[in-house]
Amino acid sequence: MTIQPAQPAQPKQEVQLGMPQLPAPDYPADVRTRLEADAKEVISRYPDSRSALLPLLHLVQSEEGFVSRTGMRFCAEVLELTTAEVTAVATFYSMYRRKPSGEYQVGVCTNTLCAVMGGDVIFEDLKEHLGVGNNETTEDGKVTLEHIECNAACDFAPVVMVNWEFFDNQTPGSARQLVDDLRAGRPVEPTRGATLCSFKETSRILAGFPDERPGAVEATGGGGPASLIGLRLAKGEPIPARVVSPRGGRQDGPHDGASDAQRSASRHLSSHDAPQQTSDSDPSHSAGPVTEEGEG
Amino acid sequence: MTMAPEYGGTSRPEVGGTTSPEKLLAPVLSAFWDDPKSWTLETYERHEGYRGLRKALAMAPDDLIAYVKDSGLRGRGGAGFPTGMKWQFIPQGDGKPHYLVVNADESEPGTCKDIPLLFANPHSLIEGMVIACYAIRSNHAFIYLRGEVVPVLRRLHEAVREAYAAGYLGKNVLGSGLDLELTVHAGAGAYICGEETALLDSLEGRRGQPRLRPPFPAVAGLYACPTVVNNVESIASVPAILNRGKDWFKSMGSEKSPGFTLYSLSGHVSGPGQYEAPLGITLRQLLDMSGGMRPGHRLKFWTPGGSSTPILTDEHLDVPLDYEGVAGAGSMLGTKALQCFDETTCVVRAVTRWTEFYAHESCGKCTPCREGTYWLVQLLRDIEAGRGLMSDLDKLNDIADNINGKSFCALGDGAASPIFSSLQYFRDEYEQHITGRGCPLDPAKTTAWADKHVEVSA
Repeated sequence: MTIQPAQPAQPKQEVQLGMPQLPAPDYPADVRTRLEADAKEVISRYPDSRSALLPLLHLVQSEEGFVSRTGMRFCAEVLELTTAEVTAVATFYSMYRRKPSGEYQVGVCTNTLCAVMGGDVIFEDLKEHLGVGNNETTEDGKVTLEHIECNAACDFAPVVMVNWEFFDNQTPGSARQLVDDLRAGRPVEPTRGATLCSFKETSRILAGFPDERPGAVEATGGGGPASLIGLRLAKGEPIPARVVSPRGGRQDGPHDGASDAQRSASRHLSSHDAPQQTSDSDPSHSAGPVTEEGEG
Repeated sequence: MTMAPEYGGTSRPEVGGTTSPEKLLAPVLSAFWDDPKSWTLETYERHEGYRGLRKALAMAPDDLIAYVKDSGLRGRGGAGFPTGMKWQFIPQGDGKPHYLVVNADESEPGTCKDIPLLFANPHSLIEGMVIACYAIRSNHAFIYLRGEVVPVLRRLHEAVREAYAAGYLGKNVLGSGLDLELTVHAGAGAYICGEETALLDSLEGRRGQPRLRPPFPAVAGLYACPTVVNNVESIASVPAILNRGKDWFKSMGSEKSPGFTLYSLSGHVSGPGQYEAPLGITLRQLLDMSGGMRPGHRLKFWTPGGSSTPILTDEHLDVPLDYEGVAGAGSMLGTKALQCFDETTCVVRAVTRWTEFYAHESCGKCTPCREGTYWLVQLLRDIEAGRGLMSDLDKLNDIADNINGKSFCALGDGAASPIFSSLQYFRDEYEQHITGRGCPLDPAKTTAWADKHVEVSA
């Protein structure tokens, strides 16, 4: 359900009629053997094998970093489905990437509450800072930027997710520092969650294979600060100071570099996510029968 | 309870007397979230964990269902349907497998209770699931967790592993004869999968699209077998009811809305976070104890339970936050996601963004929702950008009316709620966008750091 961004102008696709696309190539034999063993384990968790499809799509995503035609073919074969059935599912869910993407997926929440609390400014600022648009990847292949919907952390707004770990109470400054650290290969710790692993490794956890790294489960302790506020009050403890700078130390002030983005945000309307142009009105996004399977 | 000051100016009203948080709050599920290892089995057992299960296993399953029904526990996922009654609907002796599916797809904008609960206390859910499966005679249960919360997924994997190792899951649970498998299933990003029948389709490996009801899941749910679908918080509340008794539970809240629940305060407030309290607490009481709105600002509008519940205003600060109280104010308790916006926030911007969300998340199955949300976005964007017409306001209402109640599931109704309610309370602000050819407010003033910015540059 991810809406694809406008892409740079491409030469108009040649119209081909008649010949259906050839099947996707298979995985190399060793990869296939390994994935088949994993798939067998996933399928065994369910009374009906088709229920394993979502985890298996996460699994093939952990292999290539996105859901390729080869990955969909693999899912279809192990579940005895058609590739059309698998493609229909893979294209419905926003967590399945449809093209090669970065090692770190940086998602800025721009649903109403986070947007109002600063998510819009952070997202605009990161686009400018990284020189990429929504759902685009930096040239070094490190960071894919996207805006995301509500991630159930509104009491920590504005929220940024990196490979689906929580970075709470962000500012434009902290978010810039975050992506700079990611691109420079410096270790990055979320406010809630474990030391970042790669997007592929995250996808494997999502496929249902527990994170085996020592310390990953216990990282960042019990409830986060906002989660504990009611409990503290009920115990008669004073309200703790609100956490605004979670990545203290390396954190610049919350306002550095934000003024341009804030100015642009003053003009920024709710325009970055909504129904897009249709293929009829947009020749560069042809959705006709010649489109690559699973693309669009 | 009107002694507190208005939510203008002062940020820290006096706390004391009847607004004392010690008296108003009732941490149960959240009682030990501050323990450094709150998510572990060891910590959970130290806080009377799995005692409710032992009591439940000593009862006959039908008596257990009656007990939960008598407690008055109602669903915490939004609709408020009595939990015990859902269990009772499962036909017994039908020879089919029965399933329990826990809806942990928490995605409703503003809602942030199940995710912190599962992060800090996953065993409360697992214990509740074992109890529920014993009651409905199920041997396989699922947790459908939204995929975008990997830290929670890690802890669920670990908690399930611990529960198997301790004999709370697997063959012959605690010698009761109950065999129970529990599968943790991560979703893949789709708000619609929080709708119970779409969730079941998704769990069957399909696109998450709602089913026409009847048949209800209790008759034909997962794999067309009798299935209970419950919210995380509903199931996690069951062990405490068993352990401390239904009378203890009913001593909190009101007759029709008994018990404790998690309220999630967010937005332009001094103390955003989770507040576990008896049902019926008011937003004024929650703000009083937590420092009110951010300094120097007034409450403008708020949602009682996520973006799908009609917005309320500062007129509604004293509405009891229980199922009947909020319904009486023309909204719904929903998920108790209290998103508070102050006077810097443009209601048209807020509603436009929510509507974009619904348009994005509409699964496309039902025409009124798929097409209606698209056109709402077009109109709202024009209005927000100062290109709207006065006639657009009636058109918004008309389109929302054509979505509301006319789709298979509640996503369409949810999309209509912010439109109806914002036009009801803030029609003048929409008109200002049209007559003034743009937004009268400055979005830069809404951010968490806006006021600090002013201080810095002053």
